[in-house]
Amino acid sequence: MEPLSNKRKAVDNKPLNLLERSYLPAIVKGLGITMSHFFKKPVTISYPEQKREFSENFRGMHSLKRDENGKERCTACGLCALSCPAEAITMIAAERQPGEENLYREEKYAAVYEINMLRCIFCGLCEEACPKEAIYLDGDIVPSDYLRKDFIYGKDKLVEAPLNQ
Amino acid sequence: MKVTIDGISVEVPDGTSILNAARVIGGDVVPPAMCYYSKLAGSGGKCRTCLVKVSKGSEKDPRPMPKLVASCRTTAMDGMEVQNMTSPEVIEARKGVVEMLLINHPLDCPVCDQAGECDLQNLGFEHGAAKTRYEFDRRTFNRIDIGDKIQLHMTRCILCYRCVFTADQITDHRIHGILNRGDHSEISTYIQAAVDNDFSGNVIDVCPVGALTDKTFRFKNRVWFTKPVEAHRDCDHEKCKGEVTLWYKGDDVLRVTARKDQYGEVEDFICNTCRFDKKKTADWVIEGPRKVSNHSVISSNHYDTMKPLPVVKANPVLQEANKEQFERETRL
Repeated sequence: MEPLSNKRKAVDNKPLNLLERSYLPAIVKGLGITMSHFFKKPVTISYPEQKREFSENFRGMHSLKRDENGKERCTACGLCALSCPAEAITMIAAERQPGEENLYREEKYAAVYEINMLRCIFCGLCEEACPKEAIYLDGDIVPSDYLRKDFIYGKDKLVEAPLNQ
Repeated sequence: MKVTIDGISVEVPDGTSILNAARVIGGDVVPPAMCYYSKLAGSGGKCRTCLVKVSKGSEKDPRPMPKLVASCRTTAMDGMEVQNMTSPEVIEARKGVVEMLLINHPLDCPVCDQAGECDLQNLGFEHGAAKTRYEFDRRTFNRIDIGDKIQLHMTRCILCYRCVFTADQITDHRIHGILNRGDHSEISTYIQAAVDNDFSGNVIDVCPVGALTDKTFRFKNRVWFTKPVEAHRDCDHEKCKGEVTLWYKGDDVLRVTARKDQYGEVEDFICNTCRFDKKKTADWVIEGPRKVSNHSVISSNHYDTMKPLPVVKANPVLQEANKEQFERETRL
């Protein structure tokens, strides 16, 4: 049969000669390969001090966006939670009071907005469903933690920092 | 009397409108209706979404009608032939009507409490164009409180007059109505007097859009996250049967509405005591979960039973161990 690659080697059970039995050439050859790698560029990086660039369509941690005036865009319409296949998103809506117009864009806003990062599968459907362009999965990898309750991210972790900071 | 709608013949009594004849057939041949309400006399003829083409006037006078007619206000004749879905002219006209209805609509569905059970949303989704061609500023109004339980968003109103007919026919005196004319028309109360009547809450149910909404439900939750459950109680009011739909979120009743049929019309009008004051499970006799169409957003992520079956069989030993583990972890 025609070989698929030219790497095929026939096995032979010839007895080793003296040089081969001493193993020295093989050890030297192996050490040579090891030494040669000292002078090569390493393929790994030391994460988390160094980080690789993410691809353009990488989906990481969610962030809730603000508009050009620094107002929160999210209006708690619930479409992200509806589209979420893992049911990771919950929210409680509240009505904007007079005097809060600089904080929230619409008359309704999310008073509580929680994403359970253990449930989230980072599919990006919430981003697609959002009619207000308020949620994007443009963050980093979600950091690890010890307790389950610490993976429920509230607005303190999700909302973008205000503009003037 | 025999009427043929989209090639389907049906026998209806004299004086039936084309729309009602279509409803006898049911299914896709029924024209959508935004202003017609079978329980309210005199309603219909305002929104023009139910336009149909009459290709044969009657057996005696087989000439077609020159223009598209509003099916809710046109009486069916013997031998009449009507085209609804099968006429491209009707489809095109309906698209135009939807565009006109949406001209001044703010399209604030993400904020609106009606979203998910809104007739205009469904109509726009099924019959409308995806984009608006209107470039000018939309008509805006401030929102008005009609009493402490009902909120009026005039910006969302499509002037179907259903609430005015409800107030005229269901309650014994009407305080709200339509002010001004034409483009300036607006639902309003005279010097914003509160609508104070036992049946005033029904204007919320008859409103096809989110113009009249329940203030006690305002921004509480989205319709599709709540579970509709049929329930009844013995109501003291002689006109109210006390048969309602409760909208649950967890163990809380977020709102109470009348039961609606497949055309979005209420089966029985309910009194304000049932609607606004009885929001505890203990006040009601639960009949079971409400049947929701598979196409409705309300049916998404819902279970058939009130209590979903446990995934893991309840095991006291396991539960105790879980509790212990949770406590240990919280201490950490």
